[in-house]
Amino acid sequence: MYNYSEFDTAFLAERNAQFRAQVERRISGALTEDEFKPLRLMNGLYLQLHAYMLRVAIPYGTLNSAQMNVLADIADKWDKGYGHFTTRQNIQYNWPKLRDVPDMLDALASVGMHAIQTSGNTIRNVTADHFAGAAADEIADPRPVAELIRQWSTDHPEFQFLPRKFKVAVTGSENDRAVIRAHDIGLRIVEQNGERGFEVIVGGGLGRTPMIGKVLRSFLPQADLLPYLEAIVSVYNLLGRRDNKYKARIKITVHENGLDDIRARVEERFALIRPQFQGVDQQMLRKIEADFAAPAFKSAPLDSYTQAYGADPLFRSWADTNLSNHRADGYAIVSISIKAHGQTPGDATSDQMRVMADLAKTYGHDELRISHEQNVILPHVHRSDLPNVHAALRAAGLATANIGLISDIIACPGMDYCALATARSIPIAQDIATHFDALKLEHDIGPLKIKISGCINACGHHHVGHIGILGLDRAGVENYQITLGGDGAADAQIGERAGPGFAADEVIPAIERIVMAYLDLRSDRLETFLQTYRRLGLAPFKAALYPQAQVNAA
Amino acid sequence: MAKPFSAKVVTANDLLEGDVIYQTADGWTRDLAQAEVLTDEADADIRLIDASQQHSRVVGAYLADIANINGTPSPVHFREDFRATGPSNYRHGKQETQQDV
Repeated sequence: MYNYSEFDTAFLAERNAQFRAQVERRISGALTEDEFKPLRLMNGLYLQLHAYMLRVAIPYGTLNSAQMNVLADIADKWDKGYGHFTTRQNIQYNWPKLRDVPDMLDALASVGMHAIQTSGNTIRNVTADHFAGAAADEIADPRPVAELIRQWSTDHPEFQFLPRKFKVAVTGSENDRAVIRAHDIGLRIVEQNGERGFEVIVGGGLGRTPMIGKVLRSFLPQADLLPYLEAIVSVYNLLGRRDNKYKARIKITVHENGLDDIRARVEERFALIRPQFQGVDQQMLRKIEADFAAPAFKSAPLDSYTQAYGADPLFRSWADTNLSNHRADGYAIVSISIKAHGQTPGDATSDQMRVMADLAKTYGHDELRISHEQNVILPHVHRSDLPNVHAALRAAGLATANIGLISDIIACPGMDYCALATARSIPIAQDIATHFDALKLEHDIGPLKIKISGCINACGHHHVGHIGILGLDRAGVENYQITLGGDGAADAQIGERAGPGFAADEVIPAIERIVMAYLDLRSDRLETFLQTYRRLGLAPFKAALYPQAQVNAA
Repeated sequence: MAKPFSAKVVTANDLLEGDVIYQTADGWTRDLAQAEVLTDEADADIRLIDASQQHSRVVGAYLADIANINGTPSPVHFREDFRATGPSNYRHGKQETQQDV
């Protein structure tokens, strides 16, 4: 893990002191809201529907037990005893008071955390594959590069007032778990002729105008990364539209000017600024890489794992569903589901956070990750320790065996919290999970990603859900549009809108009709929902979704 | 003919607490039922201007439509219903307690 330098610590202390003074001036009346708002947003503080909301960055989703414990302490001391893990690997507190926020930020700083650039038209928290450094299919750990980008982008003087927010995601694996094609810039570590570099993807994004990112450079040498990124953001900063908020993201800049034009401009800018990067960034990267050296993996007999797997059906079900292959022999990656059936996706209580922190410290080389799918990961657990980990998770209500299944739903906060939302997301997610749990069909249905957004901004990634649900306000009533066939993985695809939307109480039956159609249509139990959809297209699912339309047409 | 003016309340968020507040004849309340019901358009505009000038007390004041049932306001749109109550996944926010400012 990255260790803060004296510079980082001093920078954060100074920044927090500045914000404390800004809050004081706001409270005294010396600053109006119009003056204060950009300052609070730069420090992650929103004003939402019922309260302020503090969005804390968890850079590339990585944290240790001390950090997780402080997140729990903050939840208890200044919030309502829980936190909400988001689709951008952040954590949000839904109930802070304005006067308390500077103290919350100081508490975060005590463990090297902050809320800087979690909002505003800046380069946001850099996200990464949540299995980074652990995945069996990885070329290299993307986190050192993500940390380098965090340092480069934090308070970057040229990029504090971009046309719009800017999101960067990095993966070190062919198998994209970081949705890099739905980011302003997506980076994939690749190797070419023995040299390491990046595939650079630009102009992806969801929201109002969903677009899959396009390859700007198929191979960028590693040492060119920062000047090339700087060239891209610099071109966007000048060319990106500022006249229309809805056309301000780089995806629109790329779309309107064309990829070739953007590439030419970026290359020109890159040639100009490349000489300014004389290798200091690469020296820093070497130091960061040393910080991210793999833990000392242990060797131990697997008897306890084998025994539990054979004897305990609950453990077996959990192991089959929530474990992923690790690059080290005898190890597994544990995905802790923060999606117990009927609970709010991504919400963890302070007690649950402490349990996960303890497990990381005791069994997981002191590492935790937050996934963009709103779960928590223990990236390095030896299989011999899994029975103990599972027992502790069960006791804390954290052993739900549903990773990748129909109840492992991404849902944005929606109108239960968000000032931008047009409808609620959370109750829809709760009802879907509860319904399919009651039917006991979840494991039979198999891999199926449902993603729900409460407005067109698509924080819930509904466009790339196998089943996507978008909540809208139709003449003063909540209404939900369904899209099908979206995918956020390596061959990313935007889902197709199935047809007219549904009232809130019609959504669960509608999802059930889609799922039943899939069970009927699949070639065999191994064909996933997405595979069936890709084989057959929208038509049979649409027919199942709108049976009345079939009757009317007959 | 111009559309008839529908009853409104002035609502905002409290600067310090962040929670939803409603304007009364002489201050603010956290309870929609206690809010001042505005049935005259010009009056509503003046009350909104007055609220918007209270920089050190409130944030984001606006006029919200309400149903005026015997002088007691209730939300028309579901968004205002959530603001007046709290989130639906936990019993947090206004539904926890109802008290005046």
